[in-house]
Amino acid sequence: MTLASSIRTPHVDWFAMSPALVLLGASAACLLIAVLFRPRARRYLSAWVTGGAFVGAFVAAALLYDRSGHPTGVIADEIVRDRLGALAAIVVCGAGLATVGVSWRTRLQTHRAEYYALLAAAAGGMCFLVTATNLITLFLSLEWFSICLYVLCAIDVELEGSLEAGLKYLVVGGFGSAFLLFGSALVYGATGQVGFAQIAQATATLGLKHDAFLVAGLAMILAGLAFKASAAPFHMWTPDVYEGAPTPVTGFMAAATKTTALVLTLRILTTAFPQEKQLWTIALAVIVCVSLAIGNLGALVQRNVKRMLAYSSISHAGFMLMPIAAGNALGGRALLYYLIPYSAMSVASFAVVAARERELGVPVTFDNIAGLGWERPFLGAALWACMLGFAGLPLTGGFVGKFYAFSAVYDHGWVWLVIVGAVATAVSLYYYFGLVRALYMRAPAAVGLAPAGGQPPREAALQTAVFGCLVVTVGSFFAVEPLIRLAKMAASSLSF
Amino acid sequence: MANGWLTDTLILLPLGGAIFIAISPLPRLAAGLVALAVSLVEIAFWGGALSAFDYRTGAGAVQLQDTTTWFGDLGISYHVGFTGFAIWLVGLSAVGMTAAIAYAVWVGRQHARAYFASMLLLTTGLVGVFAAQDYLVFYVFWEAMLIPLYVLVGVWGGPGRLRATLMFFIYTMAGSLLMLASIIVLGVSQGSFDMVTAGYSNSDWIFLGFVAAFVVKAPIFPFHGWLPDTYREAPAEISGVLSGLVSKAAAYGFLYIAVLHFPRPTHDFRTPILVLAAIGLIYGSLLAFRAPDIRGVVAYSSLAQMGLITFGLFATNIAGFNGAVLQMVNHGLISLGMFMLAGLVELRAGTGRFDRLGGMAKGRPVLATVLMTLGIIALAVPGSSNFAGEFMILTGVFKSGWGWSVVGAIAIVLAAMYMLRLISAVLHKSRGSAVSDSARDLRLGELAFLAPIVVLLIFFSAWPAAITDHTFGQNGQTPGLVRFR
Repeated sequence: MTLASSIRTPHVDWFAMSPALVLLGASAACLLIAVLFRPRARRYLSAWVTGGAFVGAFVAAALLYDRSGHPTGVIADEIVRDRLGALAAIVVCGAGLATVGVSWRTRLQTHRAEYYALLAAAAGGMCFLVTATNLITLFLSLEWFSICLYVLCAIDVELEGSLEAGLKYLVVGGFGSAFLLFGSALVYGATGQVGFAQIAQATATLGLKHDAFLVAGLAMILAGLAFKASAAPFHMWTPDVYEGAPTPVTGFMAAATKTTALVLTLRILTTAFPQEKQLWTIALAVIVCVSLAIGNLGALVQRNVKRMLAYSSISHAGFMLMPIAAGNALGGRALLYYLIPYSAMSVASFAVVAARERELGVPVTFDNIAGLGWERPFLGAALWACMLGFAGLPLTGGFVGKFYAFSAVYDHGWVWLVIVGAVATAVSLYYYFGLVRALYMRAPAAVGLAPAGGQPPREAALQTAVFGCLVVTVGSFFAVEPLIRLAKMAASSLSF
Repeated sequence: MANGWLTDTLILLPLGGAIFIAISPLPRLAAGLVALAVSLVEIAFWGGALSAFDYRTGAGAVQLQDTTTWFGDLGISYHVGFTGFAIWLVGLSAVGMTAAIAYAVWVGRQHARAYFASMLLLTTGLVGVFAAQDYLVFYVFWEAMLIPLYVLVGVWGGPGRLRATLMFFIYTMAGSLLMLASIIVLGVSQGSFDMVTAGYSNSDWIFLGFVAAFVVKAPIFPFHGWLPDTYREAPAEISGVLSGLVSKAAAYGFLYIAVLHFPRPTHDFRTPILVLAAIGLIYGSLLAFRAPDIRGVVAYSSLAQMGLITFGLFATNIAGFNGAVLQMVNHGLISLGMFMLAGLVELRAGTGRFDRLGGMAKGRPVLATVLMTLGIIALAVPGSSNFAGEFMILTGVFKSGWGWSVVGAIAIVLAAMYMLRLISAVLHKSRGSAVSDSARDLRLGELAFLAPIVVLLIFFSAWPAAITDHTFGQNGQTPGLVRFR
């Protein structure tokens, strides 16, 4: 009798993990490419492999969505196979695919294959994390993608600030992870359980609703996730890291990390802590208000476009936590809908910044982006559409997302939070339209720049990625019904 | 529903034109001509909509309806259609935008494709606002109007345009967001955002949220902070569009949403609103009388005229409503024509300041005739369409209290003062320093877009009942209107 046969292994539903597995496979392939091929070949081969893997994972996640009508536990309930996780994986893979397009002509000279390997591995971790139903899985997969991102932030060693960004992210991220882990320990200590559903059950049967350890643990878990979602007051790393990291990576982080963290927040709060709903709705409402205030006020004074977008992403953490704070089915739907246009807008706006950066060779500011709208009409129009979307104006999905978020909050009975959101939106118009003003209304000569002129750089991959994001951003405004139906079915795997 | 496609076409045709112009590599003139052609076709479709509109059936006053579910779980659908009075405002928009586009083709604008695409997008926004029968759709078009306006003022405006766009944008968005909050509260609590089947409310707060958006856009005193800068810095035809057409969207909102859907709050708040309108009416007239340039006069007279229209709307009776609708059309045409004339004078003299203008009538008969005719109609001489409109408004508001009519009558005297001042400062007096012999008379191409405006005004002077008899249907059965008879 061998050792292997003496251990009872659980049944494994490989299909449920297929998005993560495909991406992990691509990651391994890229690492092999890094040693087996010559530098020129590495560059293209690894990009193609990763891009293909994202397509594959996207399709796998879509199939998974289609065939997971009823949530089922996988690998002894370590993860769950349901539509919520599948939809989040779809968004992550879409963002990843666009990021591959944006990265095609990245200035990174060395370690291209490793770059793609890390990107695929990070996305794999995210696809895994959104299915977590257990504190251990949660922590492991969170670290899995975080470590990849730490390295990705610092991968461009030539880039000023890249190493700094990586280190800063590592230190602050480690802090966040420690919070999460400590919180998990407290929750385990209080309930004796690590599974989300079991925690809720134990809380109910043992009457732990007001248990100090459980509440403290919940607070720390929330804080840990808020670090990842870059919600204030856990946002300190965001502007520096977003500014310092290679721009395609920033775009990926803004879209995919936020998606993952928010979906997981929604899942853990509704499945593990339904008893504490009174507490966490209030706590989240506070985080929302702080994020909106800090994000919007911080963005007002930024001159660097990446930093402005970083603060905007903090304020969007606020907007997207709103529906979670509402704690109702409408809120779940609102969040899952909002993530789709939001991710597209994030990737696209950072992609345009990346294009401008490559053209100029210096960080993009409100001054040196002047005139982009006329010089590069497509990229200018795309950035304009993204700004409209972030600002929540019609003809973009951002409008419908905000509308749903506000409706969910109103449905919860918080008119005041709707007003706070409306005021925050009004403030945000100043900087979003400040960028539009720079794009179209200021001649480059007026700010002392020679017009870029000449043949625009050939960046077919980047432009395709931007175009795809644009289609999602605008399309999600018109095709609300089908997307909401997707979101609704995904949210129905949770019990509100 | 019958003929709903006409409404859809009126909304989508300019949008399609805008997309076509934006993506196809047309040279400057071609882009302008395509835009012009699209807007002329828009007028033709409007004619079709007008003839398809059945004013004899009182019941179901919203006609030419079309409904498609947009997102069902919150009860929101793309529901469009026209009321009897909205169709006149659509006509005003179509004609006015055509004239403005023709003006732009004539003077030539840089970045032509972006310019004309924005103009057509603005047309879609305007028509959509008048057609929307769902609160969220209304909001979408309302904002869709703002986006091209922001660009049109900001890119093609004068030297102070950046500040002007910022002011304009912050003011109007602050109002709009309050309206969005109201829409959410109203719609989610009722489970439907439809204006025809639902959407009546007695809540003061919801009412005030809507009013906030409308008073800024109109503007009504004291929410006109954005007005002087914007009207002065925008290109002439855009100022005309803003004061002539876009402000009518606000007036329409007052009538169709505030008054007709919120009867009780309207009753509660009508005195404060009438007071503000009265202040705006007198204050705007006085400022117009003191303004140093043509645009200043027209801009502040707009503030005054919007006050007068608000008088009619918050008279809350049929006479007031009819007068207000007629006056909306009148003022739209006059204001647009005046701003375009101001632009043409500025092109010739390099300035619109009265102290450097004067004596332009001599040797320029066409310019003098057009300006004079517009001015005479604007100051509401008896027999003009403006007179008819103002008379009805004053009759309507008289029923609420004779004091309001006195204020209105004083304002009409003031209107005569500032209009005659404008006419004499530009046309008569001694020749101004900026007027040289090379300043030509109006050319044929310029008449092409000014003459139709004058002709329409003369037509409505002769037959104001064309509008006033065709606004609310013979039984006055626009939803909610019955209460006010």
